[in-house]
Amino acid sequence: MSETLLEVKNLVVHHGQLKAIDDVSFSLNEGEVLTMIGANGAGKSTLLRTIAGLHRQTSGSIFFKGEDISSFAPHRRVAKGVSLVPEGRRLFSSMTLQENLQVGAFHAKKGPFTIERIYELFDWMAPRRRQRVWQLSGGEQQAVAIGRALVANPKLLLLDELSLGLAPIIIERIYSLIPEIIAQGVSILVVEQDVAQGLAVADRVHCLLEGKTSLTGVPADFTPEQVERAYFGAGLVATTSREGES
Amino acid sequence: MVWLNVLVQGILIGGFYALFACGLSLMFGVLKVINLAHGDMAVVAGYVAVFLTPHLHLPEVWSFLIVVPIFTLVGYVLQRTLIQKSIDRDPFTTLLVTFGLSVVIENLLLEIYSANGQTVNIGDLIAKSWHPASIIYVSYVSLGVLGVAVLVLFILQLFLSKTGTGRLIRAVADDREAAQLSGANYRHIFGIAASLAFATVALAGIAYGMMTQFAPTSGGVNLLFAFEAVVIGGIGSLWGTLVGGIALGIAQQFGAHINPQYQILAGNILFLVVLALRPQGLFGRRTSLA
Ligand SMILES: Nc1ncnc2c1ncn2[C@@H]1O[C@H](COP(=O)(O)OP(=O)(O)OP(=O)(O)O)[C@@H](O)[C@H]1O
Ligand SMILES: [Mg+2]
Repeated sequence: MSETLLEVKNLVVHHGQLKAIDDVSFSLNEGEVLTMIGANGAGKSTLLRTIAGLHRQTSGSIFFKGEDISSFAPHRRVAKGVSLVPEGRRLFSSMTLQENLQVGAFHAKKGPFTIERIYELFDWMAPRRRQRVWQLSGGEQQAVAIGRALVANPKLLLLDELSLGLAPIIIERIYSLIPEIIAQGVSILVVEQDVAQGLAVADRVHCLLEGKTSLTGVPADFTPEQVERAYFGAGLVATTSREGES
Repeated sequence: MVWLNVLVQGILIGGFYALFACGLSLMFGVLKVINLAHGDMAVVAGYVAVFLTPHLHLPEVWSFLIVVPIFTLVGYVLQRTLIQKSIDRDPFTTLLVTFGLSVVIENLLLEIYSANGQTVNIGDLIAKSWHPASIIYVSYVSLGVLGVAVLVLFILQLFLSKTGTGRLIRAVADDREAAQLSGANYRHIFGIAASLAFATVALAGIAYGMMTQFAPTSGGVNLLFAFEAVVIGGIGSLWGTLVGGIALGIAQQFGAHINPQYQILAGNILFLVVLALRPQGLFGRRTSLA
């Protein structure tokens, strides 16, 4: 049994009056890929942003490597090893590809991912490193966003909507990197609209429905119907697999 | 030849406007704060130069050696306390707070130093000038200020584009949250940007005091010119600020040449025309700082 890396306990997050995350708990072990699924507005981005420190929880807590990081500012969480690739990529639009990576690397911890390593991972990057990022295609921008997070050498990589707006072949190429990232000792929490794609890479899956947990466990334990019900909310009882309870 | 001199004078005064405006541009570009006390801070720098440096047995020409470091420090501290507190509330609060600062500064200066005009004493340098042609008149002081403006913009530009901290400043300006996700403590970065802005405003205040008389209320009109220079040049573009300052200076000098009453009017008209035809300014790009 590997170490627990991230533990989210009874998390509640509000946007003003709206309860976007409602008593969500889960944990992520080292070396695991956890896929978070859920319909539009289910609260997936809110959850990731709260883990990264961009939002403050109303109650509940977030433990990383056993330390309560619930009150840490985002940059301190990065220093601890939590990096988020945000929804919509959010590159620095006035900067070149290389400058985007340099910003990510400025406060980086020592580790396997350097800018050179990113250029090896994506061999198209080096010749185009002086291009402004708005000149890149959506898939290329997503790759830069992943690179910018990786050069910080996180222990936990949070990926929000990796595949949004990308062609299937590009999505496949980006997902093919996940084993390589895991092999470097990074754990991944990925939010995915494309359920099939998300489940294919997942060690565990967690489904949100209107801010609540509607399913959690090991993908193989669920029938597509169960997943569908958790996703769209036909059944109101949370579904849990045997291993998911560990 | 007369017009050529008008042009030259416009360029010279434009250098001062750019020096005055680049701090405003930085504060807005990075912190998204419109510092309504910007002009008054410059005036404070002038007073510090006039009243502090004699105590230190330093010629007033060299006062910037003292005043700029003080302002760099004050900029950081003020940002991390008062201004950050107001940013945390909402953008409107920053306007109120900087406006309040402006009022407080003007009144304090009036109280302490009275409304009398002051100048930064630079000896007989003030009267010296260069006459490349019979009717063209280049004051050494103005030329020096233009030179300082270009140098300051060049150094700032280099800092922002070539250093790691400079890149972080641009990153925060582009997307504050994304910069935080890259490990940047944006409050600290804001503090550094404010330091830079205050350092340049100190230089601008001293330069102003060398060129002309200033009084506690001199800040307001200079703030207006700086604001116009920034908008004409394009928000977020440092070289744009220089071009904007020079364009404003030239417009004003041409206006003044036609009728002295038209000086400020001509500048305002240029400002409105640019705002109408090219709202992003001459050099404005979408979100860039460098
Ligand atoms: N900044 C905000 N202010 C107010 N409400 C917000 C904000 N961000 C999100 N919400 C609301 O919170 C709820 C959860 O939004 P969130 O973006 O977390 O969902 P999501 O699962 O990521 O959706 P999507 O799949 O569309 O990205 C939604 O009802 C949304 O409207
Ligand atoms: Mg989302």
